[in-house]
Amino acid sequence: MSDDVIVADGLRKEFTVRVRTGRLRREKRRVTAVDGVDLRVARGEMLGYIGPNGAGKSTTLKMFTGVLTPSAGEVRVCGLRPVAQRTRLALRVGVVFGQRSQLWWDLPLGDSFALLRHVYRVPAAAHAARLRRCRGLLDLDAFLGTPVRQLSLGQRMRGELTAALLHGPEVLFLDEPTIGLDVVSKQAVRGFLGELGRAGDTTLVLTTHDLADIERLCGRLVVVDHGRVVHDGSIAALHERYGSRRLLVADLDAPLPEPPVLPGAPLHRQEADGHRLVFALESAGVAEVVAALAGLGALRDVSIVEPDVEDVVARLYRSGSGRDGDSRRDHGD
Amino acid sequence: MGSVTATVAPPTVPNVILWFRTFKAITGSGFRRYATYRQASVAGVVTNAVFGFLRCYVLLATVGAAGSVAGYDRGQLATFVWVGQGLLSVVLLWGGTELADRIRTGDVASDLLRPVHPVTSHLAADLGRAGHAALIRFLPPVLVGPLFFEVYVPRRWSTLPIFVLSAVVAVVLCFGCRFLVNATAYWLQDVRGPMVLWTLASGVLAGLYFPLRFLPEWLQLVLWCGTPFPSLLQTPLDVLVERDPTDVQVGLVGLQLAWAALILAACRLVQRRAERRLVIQGG
Repeated sequence: MSDDVIVADGLRKEFTVRVRTGRLRREKRRVTAVDGVDLRVARGEMLGYIGPNGAGKSTTLKMFTGVLTPSAGEVRVCGLRPVAQRTRLALRVGVVFGQRSQLWWDLPLGDSFALLRHVYRVPAAAHAARLRRCRGLLDLDAFLGTPVRQLSLGQRMRGELTAALLHGPEVLFLDEPTIGLDVVSKQAVRGFLGELGRAGDTTLVLTTHDLADIERLCGRLVVVDHGRVVHDGSIAALHERYGSRRLLVADLDAPLPEPPVLPGAPLHRQEADGHRLVFALESAGVAEVVAALAGLGALRDVSIVEPDVEDVVARLYRSGSGRDGDSRRDHGD
Repeated sequence: MGSVTATVAPPTVPNVILWFRTFKAITGSGFRRYATYRQASVAGVVTNAVFGFLRCYVLLATVGAAGSVAGYDRGQLATFVWVGQGLLSVVLLWGGTELADRIRTGDVASDLLRPVHPVTSHLAADLGRAGHAALIRFLPPVLVGPLFFEVYVPRRWSTLPIFVLSAVVAVVLCFGCRFLVNATAYWLQDVRGPMVLWTLASGVLAGLYFPLRFLPEWLQLVLWCGTPFPSLLQTPLDVLVERDPTDVQVGLVGLQLAWAALILAACRLVQRRAERRLVIQGG
């Protein structure tokens, strides 16, 4: 048996939406939210799952957890069929939806945790140990007695993370866990997830629009658009594929009479009337370029700009089609 | 971090004792959820008592010179009204739209992510709510009524246990009915229509506005056997005021049990159907 905790083959999900086409007429349309996703996730992997709004990320996650029934395709999580064996699967996965709460609104956070112990049938000692670690790492103590409805978003999200982990899940699904959080809370959540990932026995699947989450946490990046996987690999592989390069920015005392030609580092652009030259670092090293520029005259300052993953991803999204915002595919019935 | 994550898979063998523990814990949470809203409880008790006086005077006015109407004497009617006022909030004839709202907003997804069947966990939570109501909402009208009216006290020893059973079954049955009304949200999104229909029908047909024994006998038969409504309120109250001999009491509770089983089965069926067509969009 392979050690893949998530196996999806040709996973599809179609929704029917009714569109008003006239005063009284309404037309049924099929919308394909997920269009043939094949995915294998190994145990202990940290997977970033990204895509523009409406690309089918959340829908895929809901099919992985058994909340939604796939229209077609096969999916196995922890060797179980999510929809048919949902309650058994629930014992082995944890889920955090950034935009929804799974805590009991009227109960203090601590009561929610105690209740979850019984719902998931966790032995008291294991529950206490996990809760102690989460309390320490996520600073929960100050608001354990506060009803969930009175928590701030950051506090609630820390509570949600704890709630999803108290039964020791093998896979943790996180759907935009840092949405709406301030910098400090984001860091707390990322730090916590990083610790969890480094421990190595929890598989993490994270969807987000904040690429910093992915850069800090995930070794593997899956980009979906129009319900299809358009990239599956490391962030470095993404840069390579889209030719995004490191840039060398050179500030000069005075503009050069004509733009220099440096082997292995073509001029990317000129700024400030030639006072600033930006070179793309291809085969040339930083030292060679700096030496060459210094030889040409008044070099005042040099800086290196790492490739921006957001730029690459934006290009990837845009290359999908000339669409506006929502990328779901409609086809009339 | 090691202890945060699982080293062994949790047991997947169904275990009756564990199941009961889970059920009990959810019931306890249902109780505590309602216990947090004390002012709402007080307001409910006061409103409830005011309507108790109103209903009691109206019903007593129907009693003719013979001193009885539809098989009830004055004392039985007073008990019917005051215990009915208490029981109303225990079975929660007119519940809210919490589940429907969760379906509409998509929060119902987190119910589906629990290792407990949604009907089971909602039932457990509702029993907790009913337990809280039995202490806080049932007792006040039952104690207030006898201060101002001459009430009927059951004479047969068997009546009280049958009444308790009947009341518990009514709670379960009423939960099932409210679950079904709320579950229409899976198809309709907006449950205001079904809710209005339910409120109207249950008020009239469960025996809240007037005892159903006031109706012609053929209609009583149709209502009891053809609808779950009389089993929600009329049956436990008829049992308590000893409107019928013991064998009829037992028969009525049997009918209630049959309805409860049927409605709960319907809940599970509807839930299964709904999950298959569930759409949770937007995040």
